[in-house]
Amino acid sequence: MKNIPGDLKFLSSHEWARVESDGTITIGISDHAQNLLGDIVFVELPEVGQALDAEADAAIVESVKAASDLYSPLSGEVIEINSLLEDQPEIVNSSPYEDGWFFKLTPSDMGELDNLLSPEDYSEVCED
Amino acid sequence: MNKTALNISHIELGAKMVNFSNWEMPISYTSLIEEHNAVRNTAGIFDVSHMSIFDFDGGNQVAFFEKIFANDIKKISRDNKAIYGALLNEDGGILDDLIIYHANNKFRLISNCSTRDQNREWYEKHAVEFGVKVIERSDMGILAIQGPEAMNKILAIKEIDAEANNLEPFGCMFDGDRLYAKTGYTGEDGLELIVPNMAIIDLWNQALKVGCVPIGLGARDTLRLEAGLNLYGNDMTINNHPYESNLGWTIDMSDENRQFIGKDALLAIDQSQSQKMVGIILRDRGILRSGYEIIHEQGKGVVLSGSFSPTLQSSIGLARIDQGYQENGKVFIRNKALNIEFVSPRFIRKVKMQP
Repeated sequence: MKNIPGDLKFLSSHEWARVESDGTITIGISDHAQNLLGDIVFVELPEVGQALDAEADAAIVESVKAASDLYSPLSGEVIEINSLLEDQPEIVNSSPYEDGWFFKLTPSDMGELDNLLSPEDYSEVCED
Repeated sequence: MNKTALNISHIELGAKMVNFSNWEMPISYTSLIEEHNAVRNTAGIFDVSHMSIFDFDGGNQVAFFEKIFANDIKKISRDNKAIYGALLNEDGGILDDLIIYHANNKFRLISNCSTRDQNREWYEKHAVEFGVKVIERSDMGILAIQGPEAMNKILAIKEIDAEANNLEPFGCMFDGDRLYAKTGYTGEDGLELIVPNMAIIDLWNQALKVGCVPIGLGARDTLRLEAGLNLYGNDMTINNHPYESNLGWTIDMSDENRQFIGKDALLAIDQSQSQKMVGIILRDRGILRSGYEIIHEQGKGVVLSGSFSPTLQSSIGLARIDQGYQENGKVFIRNKALNIEFVSPRFIRKVKMQP
């Protein structure tokens, strides 16, 4: 069964974004993505303070087999990174939506959320 | 797409299937790292039936192999043994790497999957003058059972001849049309079983029953990389000669009268100038990947195979680099120069690669 929480928005390239109660955005990769990648052994995160554009390279995630780019679903400034992933990247496999988040940002344009996929639409992407 | 006789078995086990040289093969069943560790710690079973199997009939087979094979078949042609080596073209370029088995006065050859058609045509072309008939055994498949507990597991399978326990590294024996050989691609103890497709599903099921863990091609790749074993098409191609591919040890020129294909081209190579294949360990955070550029004090090079080593818990690779290197160098990963150490490619190998 697919595991897609209902409170998230997605890019078709399998990144998720969650709007937190303080208006910041938490970003990670979907359960479907971690499953496709297999055992994740390395994560390279952006730097705090870095400005990101929507759908631009923001992080690198490497499984045993291959390296993949993570794109930021929204534009904004990075305010926190999940340093835990540097020593324990396998957390992305075990907890993609909770402990395995990548970074948080302050969005520069909340309107960009409308460009993202709903859980239902993302679910269809995963069917393909 | 081609399928092995075990295709349904893989799918029923929930394997992730991929297209590998136009064969639908399992890349992993559960987790690549768990599968890798199972082979290092207990015993795993691989379906490698996509590899090409050839038998030979009639004629002067020893003379045939003396001509087409860069290692000297006479090392094994009186014994029940296997020999690893390269198939070269006239320019000394590597057409393939392969193992030739000899037991009960019969030869059997296993070469790669992607080179099947090229090799068959090559064997057939050169077999004519020796009166040898080339027989592709597409009716057979290969199981590899590898790991420290592999021999115990294999002997627990009733139909396997207990004689198999006496095989030395690179020893082999026929049991009817089946060939049992103490060879592999993991650096671990164990056997490769070359058996008729009709028998392979039953053998696979029995092996699972005695506790062999099914292993996909993903872990096969990390295991062979840790063992420092080349992958044809990746670490070496037709554009490489054996001396820059860590295969100098398989070139046998001890019989001066033996004129094998590629010999003259190899003799013309100045080995003091040619690049070398080495092992590399990344000393900074990151993962080595094929194609990354390398520099050292006196030259440069490129990563051939690169991955994460589950056993060493760091990234390792094979690289082809200019001579004059010392212990350390740099690799460029996404425009950052990271530290690497040059080492023997045998990161982890518990068994010999020759008889």
